[in-house]
Amino acid sequence: MGKLVPALLLVCVGAIAENPRTLAIRNAKIVTVSGPVINKGTVVVRNGLIEAVGENVAVPAGAWTIDGEGMTVYPGLIDSMSTVGIPSLSAPAAGAGRGGRGQTAAAPATTPAPATTAAPVTPAKGPEDRPANTSWVLAADEIEPSDRRIESVRSAGFTTTVTFPAHGIFGGQGSVIDLVAAERAGAMVVVPAVGQYLAVSRGGGGFGGFGAGFPNALMGYIAYIRQIYLDAEHYKLLKEAYARDPRGMERPQYDRALEGVLGSKRILLPANRVVEMDRMLRFAAELKQPVILYGMREAYRPEAAPLLKKYGSPVLVSMHWSEPPRDPDPEADRTMRSLENIDLGPSAPALLQKAGVPFALYSDGMDQPRDLQRAVKKAIDAGLARQDAIRALTLTPAEIYGVADRMGSIEAGKIANLVVTKGDLFDDHTQIEMIFVDGKQYKPAAEPPAGGGRGATEEPGVNQ
Amino acid sequence: MKKFWIVALAALAPLYAENIVIQNATIMTVTKGTLQGSVVIKDGKITEVGEKVMMPQNATVIDAGGQYVIPGIIDCHSHIAVDGNVNEGSVSVSSMVDIKDVINPEDISIYRALAGGVTTANILHGSANPIGGQTIVLKMRWGRDAQSMIFEGAMPGIKFALGENPKRPGNPQGGRGATQTAPARYPATRMGVEDTIREAFNEAKAYKAQWDEYDAKVAHGEHPLPPRKDLKLEPLKEVLEGKRYVHAHCYREDEILMLLRVADDYGFKIRTLQHVLEGYKVAKEIAAAGTGASTFSDWWAFKIEAYDAIPFNAAIMQKKGVVVSLNSDDAELMRHLNTEAGKAMKYGGLSETDALAMVTINPAKQLGIESRVGSIEAGKDADLVIYDRYPLSDFAKVQKVLIDGRLYFDRDSDVSGRPAKALEKQKLIDKEKQSQPRPAGGRRPVG
Repeated sequence: MGKLVPALLLVCVGAIAENPRTLAIRNAKIVTVSGPVINKGTVVVRNGLIEAVGENVAVPAGAWTIDGEGMTVYPGLIDSMSTVGIPSLSAPAAGAGRGGRGQTAAAPATTPAPATTAAPVTPAKGPEDRPANTSWVLAADEIEPSDRRIESVRSAGFTTTVTFPAHGIFGGQGSVIDLVAAERAGAMVVVPAVGQYLAVSRGGGGFGGFGAGFPNALMGYIAYIRQIYLDAEHYKLLKEAYARDPRGMERPQYDRALEGVLGSKRILLPANRVVEMDRMLRFAAELKQPVILYGMREAYRPEAAPLLKKYGSPVLVSMHWSEPPRDPDPEADRTMRSLENIDLGPSAPALLQKAGVPFALYSDGMDQPRDLQRAVKKAIDAGLARQDAIRALTLTPAEIYGVADRMGSIEAGKIANLVVTKGDLFDDHTQIEMIFVDGKQYKPAAEPPAGGGRGATEEPGVNQ
Repeated sequence: MKKFWIVALAALAPLYAENIVIQNATIMTVTKGTLQGSVVIKDGKITEVGEKVMMPQNATVIDAGGQYVIPGIIDCHSHIAVDGNVNEGSVSVSSMVDIKDVINPEDISIYRALAGGVTTANILHGSANPIGGQTIVLKMRWGRDAQSMIFEGAMPGIKFALGENPKRPGNPQGGRGATQTAPARYPATRMGVEDTIREAFNEAKAYKAQWDEYDAKVAHGEHPLPPRKDLKLEPLKEVLEGKRYVHAHCYREDEILMLLRVADDYGFKIRTLQHVLEGYKVAKEIAAAGTGASTFSDWWAFKIEAYDAIPFNAAIMQKKGVVVSLNSDDAELMRHLNTEAGKAMKYGGLSETDALAMVTINPAKQLGIESRVGSIEAGKDADLVIYDRYPLSDFAKVQKVLIDGRLYFDRDSDVSGRPAKALEKQKLIDKEKQSQPRPAGGRRPVG
């Protein structure tokens, strides 16, 4: 059999494009994530699912076999917050008219709004006008398989994104997307609705902000979100009463914004500073919504982990680490906090790991393989164990979104999302050899020219 | 930087939760005269004040020989410690927004206010709207989280604003902060400001009636569907029920009388008039309404409606029976409210005690917290400021500030901690420079 393998491999080379229904990777190191590392073993994939994994697993007859000697197999990486698949939300485009940065705009006029929203002519006069609210939108319904970022991100080892319709205040619900090359978006969707994306703005700051639409101050955003959840509760009550007996009862007015909120099983709230973590955790508790916080720029501070631990909510840590200002004004007095953000920011994942706070890492607008690789490496260099980094990009995000029964580790029965490397993942010289999504094989794209397509937010979840 | 405060406070830890005696000080109690003696603090409260006191066991002694102790200063009008914009200026009635939601306990202005002897401040929404956002009273507990800063049990408030600020966004020419693209917002006149407030309370009354009817039904054992909870009208309902104070920004006598009439028509009280620079013209009417006045000592002429101000405003209102406080409305002015009080002695001839009362017990009364703070009396919170010399003077420097018997500011440790802080910062700057080598050549391109 051993002698047959090279021959088989030769035979099968031409068949790669056809994606055989059964394949096996033999003699590879397998990082299952859910169990111990298998130093030399086999993964069998059939019909896009992992059929078997182990040291002594038989290769089924007729399977396309890959000799994994010298290679390591990992579960496909999951980007726990992304806009990949929705080209109109790609960072450079969204940032174009807004000073070059910022993923979305609260002002609907400059938002690449989904087809379902019409840009309002008059500014919103209050929560009743449902400003910047497309809560009913599912990312799955906006996915375009043609998004060029799909291939780029996949080349970095990401087989899955949790893609959010990140526009406005209530953006809509995120979807778990497998990055297969598909003709139709439906083939990519793993779970269509995993949680409502919420964003806030701190407003213009100072004493400005007269006359534009509601809301325009941070406290206005919070009041608006609070009113929406109060309205949703009331709406539900009226709807249920009406369903029981419509006779003699004024019919409740249909409200898609509230429908979208009621259909969301959790919310995602932005929090970068410790003050914001405290504020948003309290807020979510008040709203009685399970919450995932995203951003986490100050999660390195000693106050952060105990606070997060107390509430037990999982968090998504942006890998868009703070960087020194380009061409800084030498006269400018930089705050100690901003210096610490740069110096200590990437140590946050290691500290959260130590404290036992469930966290996943996310790309925050980066879509170039080199940038993503470096960003993860920074966290590892700042103390995060490699296996913990891998978990924060595989099984933990799967657990956070409730999809660990189908992805996030190399286990029989799970979706065959795999990354095959020569060398350890996230090492500087490691090559990704191939990527499997839903059992379909992809080769990493040739490294695109540097400098393109990077446009992360300054403040995750904060509309500039 | 935070680390340093923690270290600094930790070094002073023996002063926490222990018995403290401040002795040999000149104690200006505000309500019980001035005396030479000691203040005894147990569990955050003042337990004894006098020339001779019972020394509790294991007391930490602060020797304030030659120094002065006054009650913690209370600022009835401040905008510090707010995250994001202080105005929800998009709408004429923004009562749905609440400062409590956006407290920023890490605003350095808190520490600086402490260093100026302020221990409590009324944090207000801005003045962009006839009816603005909800307000909150904070203690300057620097280093604690947002919730821990809230003055427990203090009545919440709401900001109203009259005159130029709330009508400015209605001016199509735009004013300060107005953007070209922003459409004009009603109201554009003082008449419109009054109308906006009346309309809001018409709505609030109807809303209150809905809820009263619902509550009555529930009390009778019925199970009606509740009305919609409206965050804009809830606080106005509370105003009508006397559960929330109104703090109204105003300048001119005519609009002051207008607001007092409106409040009377709808059956609520204006707790304080803020700024109220023409208050001296209608002081009798303000006193008759039972309304407090919180004004500036000598800050005026920054706009047309602030031209008819006089430095005797505070003293005249006080003499006509109005409870008067002096406020800052400004993070810098907040740091020397003691000298603002001193000005009331120069202009208007107030006594030392009456002047000091304008930044201590009077604002406490205006905020309904006078049973807890505002004077040095047994039973009150140990919110105290120690000055190195006579406090109603430009030359006085705050030495120590205690809130609830805890030391939150200590001038000596602040000053001695500065070199270490500067060093730590420089280390980070150097580290950053090293990790970022200048591009080859090392010179910036010309042009």
